Amino acid sequence: MDKFRMIFQFFQSNQESFMNGICGIMALASTQMYSAFDFNCPCLPHYNLAYGLGILLVPPFILFLLGFVLNNNISMLAEEWRRPQGQRGKDPAVLRYMFCSMAQRAMIAPAVWVSVTLLDGKCITCAFCTSVPVETLGNASHPPLSQGEIQRVLARIPCKEIYNGQQLIANEVAVRYLRCISQALGWCFVLLMTMLAFLVRSLRPCFSQAAFLKSRYWSHYIDIERKLFDETCAEHARSFAKVCIQQFFEGMSTDLVAARCHLPRKVPADAGEAAEKLLGITDRGTMNMALKSWHRCKPPLHLHPPALPTGNGWAGEGQPPTHPSMPLRETAAYYSWV
Amino acid sequence: MDRFRMIFQYFQSSSESVMNGICGLLALASVKMYTSFDFSCPCLPQYNMAYGLGIMFVPPVILFLCGLILNRQSLVMLEEWRRPQGRRKKDLAVIRYMCSSIVQRAMVAPVVWIIVTLLDGKCLICAFSGSMDPEKFVGFANVSTVQVQQLLAKVPCKDDELMRNNTSRKAVSRYLHCWSQALGWSILLILIVAAFLARWLRPCFNQATLLQARHWSNYIDIEQKIFEETCCEHSRLFAHKCILHFFESMRQEIKLHSFSLPREGAGAEGEEDLLQGITDQDQVNKLLKTWYYEKPPLDVSQATQR
Repeated sequence: MDKFRMIFQFFQSNQESFMNGICGIMALASTQMYSAFDFNCPCLPHYNLAYGLGILLVPPFILFLLGFVLNNNISMLAEEWRRPQGQRGKDPAVLRYMFCSMAQRAMIAPAVWVSVTLLDGKCITCAFCTSVPVETLGNASHPPLSQGEIQRVLARIPCKEIYNGQQLIANEVAVRYLRCISQALGWCFVLLMTMLAFLVRSLRPCFSQAAFLKSRYWSHYIDIERKLFDETCAEHARSFAKVCIQQFFEGMSTDLVAARCHLPRKVPADAGEAAEKLLGITDRGTMNMALKSWHRCKPPLHLHPPALPTGNGWAGEGQPPTHPSMPLRETAAYYSWV
Repeated sequence: MDRFRMIFQYFQSSSESVMNGICGLLALASVKMYTSFDFSCPCLPQYNMAYGLGIMFVPPVILFLCGLILNRQSLVMLEEWRRPQGRRKKDLAVIRYMCSSIVQRAMVAPVVWIIVTLLDGKCLICAFSGSMDPEKFVGFANVSTVQVQQLLAKVPCKDDELMRNNTSRKAVSRYLHCWSQALGWSILLILIVAAFLARWLRPCFNQATLLQARHWSNYIDIEQKIFEETCCEHSRLFAHKCILHFFESMRQEIKLHSFSLPREGAGAEGEEDLLQGITDQDQVNKLLKTWYYEKPPLDVSQATQR
């Protein structure tokens, strides 16, 4: 019991570190995904913005949802939220605590994706290359071009091989400029997220610490209760199955013996454990019939109480229980095999 | 039980080493972040200074905040600071000790970033190339003011068409690199000397107060851990009792509604006990449905009194 308690405590105290581990793995997966992704800017005036912003914003949304899906506690939260009140009141503070802690963990991988994307610079370069200030950065002596032409030329900035606007604005100058803006945005984003995390974490003990302890206790309790209930049900199912099968074999051996009109085999007093476990079935034909019956006609999910002692001369184990509540259907179905 | 005690003692004694480990990991992470970050100076007059100094000072702030967030003791310290006095007096020396140890550990990663940045030199070259005096360098001496600003701003970009084979660019770059590395090494030397003096001279002042503060800060940390563990154990026992009580009440309800023969006979103990009187598919379904629709109240006082 001590060992069980020790292991359980370890698991419970590590439930948080387990979730943190998943969170860290998802963050690493998101950087890996970004480096494995082959970014291909379309280099066309209206498509660039859509592509660049799409790559910047759609994968974080997917990662956020994935963070919720991979979190085991989401079903617990949903269950607690939707259950009827019954005899136990519902505490909205507990639900809020559970949701907040899940949302915080799910936010990490998307934040990592957005930071890595901005610090790398390709997305912003692709999305905003048509908005580069040509007047300040470009060459003064470029031939006059229409607005549409300028847009088309600028849209090719990310694609160095096909860029034909060196007279308008040097490619390296534009790329450096956009990259600088992108990296500045990236660092500012990371700073903002870190400050937010710091504020959330450090302001909590200053306000509502008691309420926090309460919510945390009851959310752990709900989790443990659910697990213990599942374990108890599993144990119950095991015992149910064991008794059901035991009663099936007893029923089989009784009916077989009754059908064959054999004299009851007197089991010697010192038969031992092995004879007990045979449950009265001791030859191939009987066993085969038992197996066939198990497959074709499983017993009902209804255990009958063990028999009162009848004193009809049967010795040893394997006394045939009288079946006061045994459904006739089963008996009839069985006798068809005889 | 012995094994539990052994693990617990290890955990206790390593609270400090866990924090030192996190501190070291953050320092390594900061070096890795710097090497994997693709530094690209904009090479434009107003933007250089902002970019260079931004890269030098914004990540250290981020790393400092991360160091505070990842350190568990900062939460413990805040709770101790903000708690109502109650029946336990607050000792400001303990809170000060905890605060200083947390801040010292959180400062390591930012300092590593700044030193690595200075020793590498790219940031300073980017930030201060526009502030150089053009008269000192032959290639920039006789150029108009506006153009010299543009040229100086392009010094960090080796591949720029104007700068590709410019010897004056190399001269400016080397000059700034030298200053940057000198600054980096000086800061490192000053910090190490300061740390050495602080550690060596500390036993000369207030050693007794220090020992007390360290003991009680350790105590507060351990007390909180044990409280959390005790709460976990308590909630497990509570849940266990609650579920048993639920099964028991279901069994009684079933007994009231059905007229099955009373249990007697040799096989009453063992498996039947575990079945808790629920021996039927319908009964099991009813139990599961009741569990969902009507969870039992959070009150096991009747169960414990039985």
